[in-house]
Amino acid sequence: MPEISRDEVAHLADLARIDLSDAELDHLAPQLAKILESVASISAAVSDDVPATSHPIPLTNVFRDDVVTPGLTAEEALAMAPATDQQRFSVPRILGDEQ
Amino acid sequence: MTTLVPFDKALAAYDPAMGLEVHVELNTNSKMFCGCPTEFGAEPNTQVCPTCLGLPGALPVVNHKAVESAIRIGLALNCEIAEWCRFARKNYFYPDMPKNFQTSQYDEPIAFEGYMDVEVEGETFRVEIERAHMEEDTGKSLHVGGATGRIHGADYSLVDYNRAGIPLIEIVTKPIIGAGEKAPLVAKAYVAQLRDLIVALGVSDARMDQGSIRADVNLSLAPKGSDKLGTRSETKNVNSLRSVERAVRFEVSRHAGILNEGGKVVQETRHFHEDTGETTSGREKSDAEDYRYFPEPDLVPVAPSREWVEELRGTLPENPTAKKTRLQVEYGFTDLEMRDVWAAGALPLIEATVGEGVAPQSARKWWVAELLRRANDAGVELAEVGVTPAQVAAVQKLVDAKTINDKLARQVFDGLIADEGTPEEIIEKRGLALVSDDGPLIAAIDDALAAQPDLVEKIKGGNMGAIGAIMGAVMKATRGQADAGRARELILEKLGLS
Amino acid sequence: MTDLLKKSAAELAELLAEGSVTSVALTQACLDRISEVDTGDNGVHAFLHVDAEGAIAAAAASDARRAKGELLSPLDGVPIAVKDVLTTIGQPTTCGSKILEGWVPPYDATVVARLKAAGLPILGKTNMDEFAMGSSTEHSAYGPTRNPWALDRIPGGSGGGSAAAVAAFEAPLAIGTDTGGSIRQPGAVTGTVGVKPTYGAISRYGLVAMANSLDQVGPVTRTVLDSALLQELIGGHDPLDSTSISEPIPSVVDAARLGASGDLTGVKVGVIQELTTGEGWQPGVMARFDESLELLRDAGAEIVEVSCPSFEHALAAYYLIMPCEASSNLAKFDAMRYGLRVTPDGDPSAEEVMRASRDAGFGDEVKRRIILGTYALSSGYYDAYYGQAQKVRTLIQRDFAAAFEQADVLVSPTAPTTAWKLGEKLDDPLAMYKGDLATIPSNLAGVPGISVPAGLADEDGLPVGFQVLAPAKADDRVYRVGAALETLLEKKWGGPLLDKAPVLEGVAR
Ligand SMILES: [Mg+2]
Ligand SMILES: [Zn+2]
Repeated sequence: MPEISRDEVAHLADLARIDLSDAELDHLAPQLAKILESVASISAAVSDDVPATSHPIPLTNVFRDDVVTPGLTAEEALAMAPATDQQRFSVPRILGDEQ
Repeated sequence: MTTLVPFDKALAAYDPAMGLEVHVELNTNSKMFCGCPTEFGAEPNTQVCPTCLGLPGALPVVNHKAVESAIRIGLALNCEIAEWCRFARKNYFYPDMPKNFQTSQYDEPIAFEGYMDVEVEGETFRVEIERAHMEEDTGKSLHVGGATGRIHGADYSLVDYNRAGIPLIEIVTKPIIGAGEKAPLVAKAYVAQLRDLIVALGVSDARMDQGSIRADVNLSLAPKGSDKLGTRSETKNVNSLRSVERAVRFEVSRHAGILNEGGKVVQETRHFHEDTGETTSGREKSDAEDYRYFPEPDLVPVAPSREWVEELRGTLPENPTAKKTRLQVEYGFTDLEMRDVWAAGALPLIEATVGEGVAPQSARKWWVAELLRRANDAGVELAEVGVTPAQVAAVQKLVDAKTINDKLARQVFDGLIADEGTPEEIIEKRGLALVSDDGPLIAAIDDALAAQPDLVEKIKGGNMGAIGAIMGAVMKATRGQADAGRARELILEKLGLS
Repeated sequence: MTDLLKKSAAELAELLAEGSVTSVALTQACLDRISEVDTGDNGVHAFLHVDAEGAIAAAAASDARRAKGELLSPLDGVPIAVKDVLTTIGQPTTCGSKILEGWVPPYDATVVARLKAAGLPILGKTNMDEFAMGSSTEHSAYGPTRNPWALDRIPGGSGGGSAAAVAAFEAPLAIGTDTGGSIRQPGAVTGTVGVKPTYGAISRYGLVAMANSLDQVGPVTRTVLDSALLQELIGGHDPLDSTSISEPIPSVVDAARLGASGDLTGVKVGVIQELTTGEGWQPGVMARFDESLELLRDAGAEIVEVSCPSFEHALAAYYLIMPCEASSNLAKFDAMRYGLRVTPDGDPSAEEVMRASRDAGFGDEVKRRIILGTYALSSGYYDAYYGQAQKVRTLIQRDFAAAFEQADVLVSPTAPTTAWKLGEKLDDPLAMYKGDLATIPSNLAGVPGISVPAGLADEDGLPVGFQVLAPAKADDRVYRVGAALETLLEKKWGGPLLDKAPVLEGVAR
């Protein structure tokens, strides 16, 4: 089981879009290491032939009919937005590309 | 900046490998996971609900029709249909994606292992389909400020989530190798045939110009004879058939340039620019592109019964290859004619025109001989030339009624492309109606006969070929609007030969 | 405190029916009690938001309906408190987080909509660990809730607010959510009843997710019958939740009434060895557990020992699955569409605003779990962590299946200890996580569980909970056995356990 370093925590924070301060990194990294150590046993807990369970109650094929149902008005949709303009959500300039 | 290597030279040294990822927006009434409408062009943020806005607590429920469309697309692409599959979350942050994860499918697509036979210049290439999976579209951003209105250099962006959650089917090919110099044509033909298939299935509006079909073109080069794939570039959101072809060409030249200079191709996304025909660098693919996929816990697995799959198979339109053979026989086209029709992407247009009551050869003539030239001149696809099959049929009817002749019909097409109104309005506005009133015709004929007495003698002496010269003068005098048949009758009458 | 407040919801429904009290009077009494005990430096602080006006208006509407004889449900007019993790039109929904401060949702959670449709006045929104992450309610960005039994102690978590509101007689009923024990463990440490129904038995639509495959809404009450009445009101199929169970489950109200007879003849009770032996179990907790077990035996139940060996890995599996799902769920809090937006100096990009907002808006425990989940889902680690955890889940389901071959219900203490002191485990996440040992397996397997007050631990005089688990969709069994134990214990005590709790008069002053 790999150790988790301070740099790795910084990288993860980056992936998770959280600006962690140095103090937070110092505080979090050892805690995460401890937590990971405590769950490490899991990697040897099960043999390969055990199937995974993603949903506790097995259901399949739950669908809705292709029917339009009432949604929100633009006013309701935008009511809690930090900033709006031209009936749209206003967001700071976007770096990088559309996916 | 790397020097571009001319396409032919590049292919003398390298083998291209392509991968095409096509996103098809389905034309369901409601979105993939909620009941919001999907209409194009609505006022911003009026087709949203807690689910597609990604509000805390809201949950998705799968649209039955979208699954049905996905299965039908899969079947039409000769795919296996999964007996059991799940949705997965693709995690990445982007302001137009309300939840900051896209509900998609990962290692369990609904359809997989299919193929499509693509014909290019009489040769058939089998494009293998790796998978077709279901996912949702993102919102749309308007970039404000800055010089270009593009994302780069903008001051801020405005997001409309009407499009967020519209069902998409992403169709991914396996690497297409062995196409050589035909690679750009194969790419284009694949997307074109895929579009025709989608139209035939009726599952999407299939409008590339509105983004309801979007293609990503991946390309890599390997030294000739090598069996290893090179590093690929991913050109995103190419939105016309012609651009697909051009993007492949450009990337071949660019990659070859880098490789010839001993450089390394960077794995990155690129953008295609319609105006210059070039691609520019987008975002470098790096470790940061870790999508952390995992099964969507809010949705349960999709397990289409074999009965349902077979029922859907029964609703498929005719296989395009079989259909092509059938139509060639029905229409009586020669192999050569058919090849031109196919290369021009004219078959569905001809089929629709024939459907409007036009004779197959006439329909072929208009589309392949007349309209294709205009499309090429304008640098657009035949289907986007600005004339519809119904309009071609209307023009043909006017020719049949002798309101106009073929030559005048060309001017009507000019008018249609210029959006001047209906064929009748264009004829009226441009004054294109045939002169078949005897009055003006007789006047023109009298003038012509009087001007060339030697020709009159020749005709009277049995040289019927000389009538052509008289006709030419009559046509000139009537600015091409003379009814040729009537004019000939009148000439013969005048000379006492009828 | 008026005696009215001590009544159970079932009793209050009768008083309303007799006309001896109005819903407005009852609701006002709850609001007065909230003013008296909830606020101030030493108050219980069960509520993050009190909607006095809305509750009174709903109560008045109920009284008007009653006058016309048009009741909407058996609990029409009985007020309720709702955990602040369920969306409510017209009331803020913060999930105990700064990042959602002031957010008023434009839609009601299905459970909230059903409460409104059933005529229950909603008193307000209850405190919780931020995004339900914690076992003590100390991780609320708005300050901790205090345990009504000892104001310097934790009320359990994450639903400490709902449990404390009920324990302090501020509300007869409350809604909680349970992802790893967040209804049952607060129930245990506050001397109240809490039920985690079968996964999918109550809609999650409008429940702000922590871990979608584990989250479950459930009742928080003072009696088993009240929980049953509430579950029947809010439960049942919801087409807006794909994981909602569509077939009906047996009546839990009937089961609770049957259990209240105190007769358990023919019922097989399995004692989970892994959750009753070994280290970490407080002696006073085990003493009350053993005592309760004896009462069940006396009532005719057959007691057997069962073993669930995979439970050993339950905690590890939980602390992987939960942060993985949570890290993805919480990505939506990005300052673009709603919630806190922090704009750093200069000309920040959207991404920089996201980073700064998420740093300022999330507390330590949330950040810990997001980072942990991000790590465990990253390529290269997925199989070793998330993949393995999902397999452990299969083993735990198999253990349950085997155990339910031998017994109708399984039992254990709800939590290994009684309530600890505020701050005691705040910076030792592992110690905190261990408190969920007994409750987590049922979330992983999706099976129902109840926590019933089992008395006070000898060493500290604080409440202890007794947990009953049943197979999926057999929620009726936990109600039957829970109600039987409640009857037997109350007979022994001469009244409800909460009669022994401090009166708390004037703590808010
Ligand atoms: Mg995709
Ligand atoms: Zn929607």
